[in-house]
Amino acid sequence: MSDSFVSLSDLTLAYGDSVAVPNLNLDVREGELIALLGPSGCGKTTTMRAIAGLMPAASGTISIDGRDVTRVPANKRGIGLVFQSYALFPHLSAFENVAFGLRLKKRAKAEIKTRTETGLATVGLSHLADRKPAEMSGGQQQRLALARSLVMEPKVLLLDEPLSNLDARLRLEMRNELQRVQRHTGVTMVFVTHDQSEALALADRIVLMRDGVIEQLGTPDELYNAPRTAFAADFMGFENIFEHKGQTLLSDAGQLDVPYRSEASYLGWRPAAVRIGTGPHSGQVSGVAFAGQHREYVLETAIGFIRVDADVTAPAYTIGQTVQFELPLETARALAAT
Amino acid sequence: MARRWPTWLILGLTLTFLIGPFIIIIFAGLSAGNSLAFPPDGLSLKWYLKVFTVESFRASFALSMFLAVFGTLAALLLGVPAAYALNRYDLPGAETIRTIVAAPIIVPGIIVGLALLRYLVVPLDFTITMALFFSHTALVLPYAVRVVSSSLNNLRSDMEEAAVLLGCSRVQAFVKVVLPNIRGGVLAAFILGFVTSFNQVPVSLFLSGPGVRTLPIDMLSYMEITYDPSVAALSALLAFLSIAIVFIAEKFLGFSRYV
Repeated sequence: MSDSFVSLSDLTLAYGDSVAVPNLNLDVREGELIALLGPSGCGKTTTMRAIAGLMPAASGTISIDGRDVTRVPANKRGIGLVFQSYALFPHLSAFENVAFGLRLKKRAKAEIKTRTETGLATVGLSHLADRKPAEMSGGQQQRLALARSLVMEPKVLLLDEPLSNLDARLRLEMRNELQRVQRHTGVTMVFVTHDQSEALALADRIVLMRDGVIEQLGTPDELYNAPRTAFAADFMGFENIFEHKGQTLLSDAGQLDVPYRSEASYLGWRPAAVRIGTGPHSGQVSGVAFAGQHREYVLETAIGFIRVDADVTAPAYTIGQTVQFELPLETARALAAT
Repeated sequence: MARRWPTWLILGLTLTFLIGPFIIIIFAGLSAGNSLAFPPDGLSLKWYLKVFTVESFRASFALSMFLAVFGTLAALLLGVPAAYALNRYDLPGAETIRTIVAAPIIVPGIIVGLALLRYLVVPLDFTITMALFFSHTALVLPYAVRVVSSSLNNLRSDMEEAAVLLGCSRVQAFVKVVLPNIRGGVLAAFILGFVTSFNQVPVSLFLSGPGVRTLPIDMLSYMEITYDPSVAALSALLAFLSIAIVFIAEKFLGFSRYV
């Protein structure tokens, strides 16, 4: 790929004898915001650490901007990393935290001052330049960590779970901040997350990983609306996923006969795709929650628990009530096993 | 309130046993008489002043100071990297190393002293001063490793990785990021080591030679010959010195956090 800026080819990463990531191939374009998404232990953090140079490659190559950096040590790669814990230097003020890398590079005093001040201003922390990290809020600490990396003008900025330590309001703020910074600087960003909503909201493309292997790679739209496998669908909020054989749906809890056949080995329905009130099957309401636009039901059925979102204008059901429901083929997403 | 008298009793007894001897020593040293006695035989400062005129006390004080300062510094020079390595790297047999490092605390000082005399000074022809220096370093080392370890435990390792990604070598990251953040622990280890070394008796007991004695040993031998209150006066002065050091440490560093 000619437009690839960060390129991982046949990259294998291992902790001792246990291989965490076998043979990974991934191309990130310049200026792109990529999310590495997956459950814990899927190899996303390991991959990110390998790009940073904090984790050696067992085999394969990593190249950045056309240069093979596989054997280049972390301090010479020119990559920024915003740690999940921020990893700020507690003994230094906000200003000195940001100036740290520039001082190491022995830049002129005036240059350090202007660049640090600009960096702090970019993340809106100019007024807190003299504070120590411990005297700042979580959101401010994260923005400081971001400024500390950005001021070095890295070729690639890596972010480890950038939103996970923040509350809902700050999360939205930080999300905007990251998008603004990316537009402003055009830096290529790779961020790691286990939260699909973070990935969907921020990324240009999402790399969904499972056991060290890329399960699916695509735009948020593609992943959300067209997950390829049962695993991907499960991650993207298809709450009801069942194995499909002949005219039967199967789960660990039991099975359900349906009046259709299909080629798919799995079928998945979002809660809103399940029809409730009419249909060939019956289930008992075991949970109900009002969520504004809709009511969220949990039905106990022959195939286990089924989650249903029903319109608020539809008649309401109460816990214990038996209701009819349908899992229509036309609203299902056909899914592959692997 | 009546139910609380056992608490007060225990508290009172504890304080009596902790502070009592100290009070006795202070007043025994203030005696105007010529022999060590409590209650003192009248009051005067003459024994406190006499302490400073005894030649051997001066020499042994200088030796003890030298051992406490440089023995502890040497122990830190070895102990800080050791603590760092034990803490940061998954070393094979790390637990064994920790146990071995703690050995000088566990093994009775008398045995350590005898062993050092028998296998270091006699066959290798070490001077007494060198043997003392090595033994004090070894004695203080466990404290250095332990205290520094506990402050390293509180320091997240991703901070060093952050420093590396900003351009530091591993060594620069240690100097610029790790050391400043364990400064308190290192100073606490220094003070603890200093006091331990300065008050050390059993090991030093075997490692004394003509004119080479640490202060506590010198005080022992002084008492064997002269039973006057100057030893009590000196003890009181040393106790004040220790208290002052610990007090300053607590005040500025929150010493008790690290021990």
